Amino acid sequence: MPEANANELLQLVPKAEGKQSMKDFKSDQEVRWCPGCGDYAVLAAVQGFMPELGLAKENITFVSGIGCSSRFPYYMNTYGMHSIHGRAPSIATGLATSRRDLSVWVVTGDGDALSIGGNHLIHALRRNVNLKILLFNNRIYGLTKGQYSPTSEVGKITKSTPMGSLDAPFNPVSLALGAEASFVARTVDSDRKHLTSVLRAAADHPGTALVEIYQNCNIFNDGAFEVLKDKERAEEAVIRLEHGKPIRFGSEGSKGVVRDPLTGDLGVVTVTEENQSQILVHDAHNPSPTTAFALSRLADADTLHHTPIGVLRSVERPVYDALMSDQLDAAIEQHGKGDLSNLLAGNDTWTVVG
Amino acid sequence: MTSQVSSPAGKSDEASEAVVGEQRAPQLVRSGAAEKEIRRLDRVIIRFAGDSGDGMQLTGDRFTSETASFGNDLSTLPNFPAEIRAPAGTLPGVSSFQLHFADHDILTPGDAPNVLVAMNPAALKANIADVPRGADIIVNTDEFTKRPMAKVGYAESPLEDGSLEAYNVHPVPLTTLTIEALKEFGLSRKEAERSKNMFALGLLSWMYNRPTEGTETFLRSKFAKKPAIAEANVAAFRAGWNFGETTEDFAVSYEVAPASQAFPTGTYRNISGNLALSYGLIAAGRQADLPVYLGSYPITPASDILHELSKHKNFGVRTFQAEDEIAGIGAALGASFGGSLGVTTTSGPGVALKSETIGLAVSLELPLLIIDIQRGGPSTGLPTKTEQADLLQAMYGRNGEAPVPIVAPKTPADCFDAALEAARIALTYRTPVFLLSDGYLANGSEPWRIPETDSLPDLRTRFATGPNHELADGTEVFWPYKRDPETLARPWAVPGTPGLEHRIGGIEKQDGSGNISYDPANHDFMVRTRQAKVDGIQVPDLEVDDPAGATTLVLGWGSTYGPITAAVRRLRAAGETIAQAHLRHLNPFPRNLGEVLRRYDKVVVPEMNLGQLALLLRAKYLVDAQSYNQVNGMPFKAEQLATALKEANGA
Repeated sequence: MPEANANELLQLVPKAEGKQSMKDFKSDQEVRWCPGCGDYAVLAAVQGFMPELGLAKENITFVSGIGCSSRFPYYMNTYGMHSIHGRAPSIATGLATSRRDLSVWVVTGDGDALSIGGNHLIHALRRNVNLKILLFNNRIYGLTKGQYSPTSEVGKITKSTPMGSLDAPFNPVSLALGAEASFVARTVDSDRKHLTSVLRAAADHPGTALVEIYQNCNIFNDGAFEVLKDKERAEEAVIRLEHGKPIRFGSEGSKGVVRDPLTGDLGVVTVTEENQSQILVHDAHNPSPTTAFALSRLADADTLHHTPIGVLRSVERPVYDALMSDQLDAAIEQHGKGDLSNLLAGNDTWTVVG
Repeated sequence: MTSQVSSPAGKSDEASEAVVGEQRAPQLVRSGAAEKEIRRLDRVIIRFAGDSGDGMQLTGDRFTSETASFGNDLSTLPNFPAEIRAPAGTLPGVSSFQLHFADHDILTPGDAPNVLVAMNPAALKANIADVPRGADIIVNTDEFTKRPMAKVGYAESPLEDGSLEAYNVHPVPLTTLTIEALKEFGLSRKEAERSKNMFALGLLSWMYNRPTEGTETFLRSKFAKKPAIAEANVAAFRAGWNFGETTEDFAVSYEVAPASQAFPTGTYRNISGNLALSYGLIAAGRQADLPVYLGSYPITPASDILHELSKHKNFGVRTFQAEDEIAGIGAALGASFGGSLGVTTTSGPGVALKSETIGLAVSLELPLLIIDIQRGGPSTGLPTKTEQADLLQAMYGRNGEAPVPIVAPKTPADCFDAALEAARIALTYRTPVFLLSDGYLANGSEPWRIPETDSLPDLRTRFATGPNHELADGTEVFWPYKRDPETLARPWAVPGTPGLEHRIGGIEKQDGSGNISYDPANHDFMVRTRQAKVDGIQVPDLEVDDPAGATTLVLGWGSTYGPITAAVRRLRAAGETIAQAHLRHLNPFPRNLGEVLRRYDKVVVPEMNLGQLALLLRAKYLVDAQSYNQVNGMPFKAEQLATALKEANGA
């Protein structure tokens, strides 16, 4: 089966003539998120990073669902569709599979992607459609004014859960890995550099790339990720993953991730002379998702302690759009280009003469 | 067996149609070589009935193919349970296939069979009520043993208790004869038994002088990988034929001449509704010079369209089997945004799930075809049975004011033209369009005059390529909601077009610029404009068939065309005066509809629902349209409709 590598796939999208700047990607629409919203930082990062890709901006399309983050396409001076709640991955799938010359981005939130649209998300991931999905996770419903979301911690007190929420949350990275995702990453709104590096890796990935972006909702869930942002606490809380490097964190890399030889599970240890050689080296390209999954489970759902960020998984596997297009070519090769007259006539006809 | 033409007129469909002259009396024809008589008939209705696993649909399909290639006019009615294998030998497990064929133009699969082939007691019991006295019944006597009879409540054998005295019963040990005929093939008893449907087909093919080469070729290609099974089936088929020719029980065979005089000149084939619809979609893509993109989720009775289109990727057709109904239409709409002819196929329950996306398509004003093959509802309802009860769902089943044009095919072959018409409206007016077919049209078949591809409508459309608006400061810009003044359609600017980057969405838009707008006056304007666009769609005037100046009009839509027309012919043949018209467009209605309705003292609307079209007519035109309804999962019978119309006409 013919396959295109990342480079070839990206080459289907025409390059921009001349140099682009961040300004080229700003639309004329006034941005209407709440002042202080984490979405601003993500928007700026995306607009700032787009010129790096050097793609013709008319060949870039942003598709979103419903929610605060889903207003995103209005602010990008590219093609865009603000669709309906949860359905952006399905609409983007139709667009990407019919137009391989487009770079298609999906912008969604924790409610949009994981609650009402959960089905479409997992199926896009397993198909490996050439989509870049930016999942803004603020662990709350913002646009409907503050109900708990499928990523909220258990016991969350909100307007709809005055006695605390009962649902166990999803871990979006674990979910994506379980759904056969070929690329899964996590980043944080406030870390522009890290965010940009993850976006770059996603853009370079052929197939579906899921990027979970921890995003602060300063109105309804302010400080939800503070532990990951506060310089002192973040050292202990955040595990920065880099492909090919030992997984160490904490003050001066004092903590490390090791595999328990008995269970195969991962755990955090204080690094010593003796165990230094056992610290796990991150392999984002491991064909098996098992270790990436175990890494995603290190994070505590309540406190977010030991949250891995960076690219957890990035493996190449056949891309749905390419496969679909190959079948069309193969059909023409096998049967010739379709001839309507022959098709309509079929094999079993009779003639009536006047 | 003369009952086939001399059965009481009231008993058989279209008995009084005088399309090709007088109904002919049976002629005695001595065939040259054979001893047996051949009688000439003008039309026959055959029903094959058996267990779901007996292959009755295949048998019916083959007989239909033979009949089509012989040149008869025909109409078919497959009828099967939703279960793939209902419990064997039970009444719910009975599957049947009715075929009406004639030497003249016919309109329905017929009310009552002239011949019933019953493969087991359940098939006999489930169908006998439809069989008029004097008709032929061929039964597989091997199945009339104690247990199979007890399963359906026959205490005594109906073949022996005299209950079938009024019929012409042909007891044939089909299973035994088939096994006997195949004993050379070294098959197990069970394997050999499975060919009994081909034995029955062979026998019926002899009785009605059908050509046989087609079936033999078909069997050899169907079982190409199992040549022994192919040859066994061919042998059973031939054995059935020979059995008819040699046994004394079948003293006469019949001839139904080709219907050449009833048809305009041309090349014909047999076609089912779903196949015609699939071809219509492929043709629409070609005529529009756009790639077809089908996003669909399997659902009875629409899945065949997904299957068919999936076979034709060499036409550039993309088919996407989505994770659910919503994703099916989502992908189709996404493809439309990208410049494809987006299509989604489904049935009523699927339409319910797609409603929100249809509303989005109304708001985005992108072309999109929503094909609804209606089935019995509500909820899961009757998946394999027919109904027309999604009209109001198609018309109004969305939040907000969300008008969607609706077209409906009237016969299986007409599904081809209806698909092209739906595409014309979608592309010209940049709107989602409903096509309402139903289970009866989908699975039924009839001869189709294959159109010349040059004669198909030109559906080519234009993509926007540059700015369409000048701002006050002289800047040239692209406004995605600046409309064509004639059609009110907005420009279709597909991604990849430089300079026309724009954002669209489900939030209300400012007229012209398409920017988000919550302005009350603008919303009022946009709601009215979207409605005006759909109301202004150009559709042909309604044609009325009223040769004698009637006072009663019978008005239908969709698949009731055949039964209504047959009933009207019957009434006219009996001296009644009645007018008939049939709606292809349900939204918008033809411009002259109000005037047509007001011309008649009485308007009768037969529908396979509880009066949905009648409700629309009464609301829009303030006419006292009278409903005549049936919702039993089956098409109207011409006889029953004729009686109802006669009553209405006389009252």
